[in-house]
Amino acid sequence: MIVLAGLFVLVGSIFCLLATIGILRFPDLYTRLHAATKVGPLGAGLVLLGAGIASGDLLIFVRCLVGLLFLILVSPVSAHLLARAALKSGAVPSSIASINDYDDSP
Amino acid sequence: MSSALPFLAGFCCLTAAFIIIFVRLIRGPTLADRILALDTMGVLCVAIIAAFAAYTGFFLYTDIAIALALVGFLSTVAFARYLLSRSSK
Repeated sequence: MIVLAGLFVLVGSIFCLLATIGILRFPDLYTRLHAATKVGPLGAGLVLLGAGIASGDLLIFVRCLVGLLFLILVSPVSAHLLARAALKSGAVPSSIASINDYDDSP
Repeated sequence: MSSALPFLAGFCCLTAAFIIIFVRLIRGPTLADRILALDTMGVLCVAIIAAFAAYTGFFLYTDIAIALALVGFLSTVAFARYLLSRSSK
């Protein structure tokens, strides 16, 4: 059981590291948001799940599962709010981006 | 003792991620980049607290991690509203 918990914690931490490298290296706020949304459900969620498995207690495991569900539910909402606010405040997408579905909206 | 090795490696990865996101917080060209970096720092704090709980066996810390996730979401929403209201002025 402790091996499985260690595996979950390790994979979640590696996901956090890769996503932050993406945040550092991507050219644009919107592509950075794409990387930053991975930190919540995949990184912190897997680490929470690993903590719940390591406890060996059903109550703590259910609590960690609820935390993971909350992270999955909330991470797209906050990313969408931030992208919308940035677009309204005039942050232009990078020149690599070829499609802008938001322009000419009424 | 070797069963604690994945947790220690996870701590190393999370610390490196924290340092990298701090670089983005300092360098971020716009305000939205800094808000994004702060949000990611909050989520990384959740991950670090959960890994600490799994490493030491004090599983009360998972409650703290879940509460921090709730509050961090609210702070991101507040920052986004502030950005929106500042741009429409």
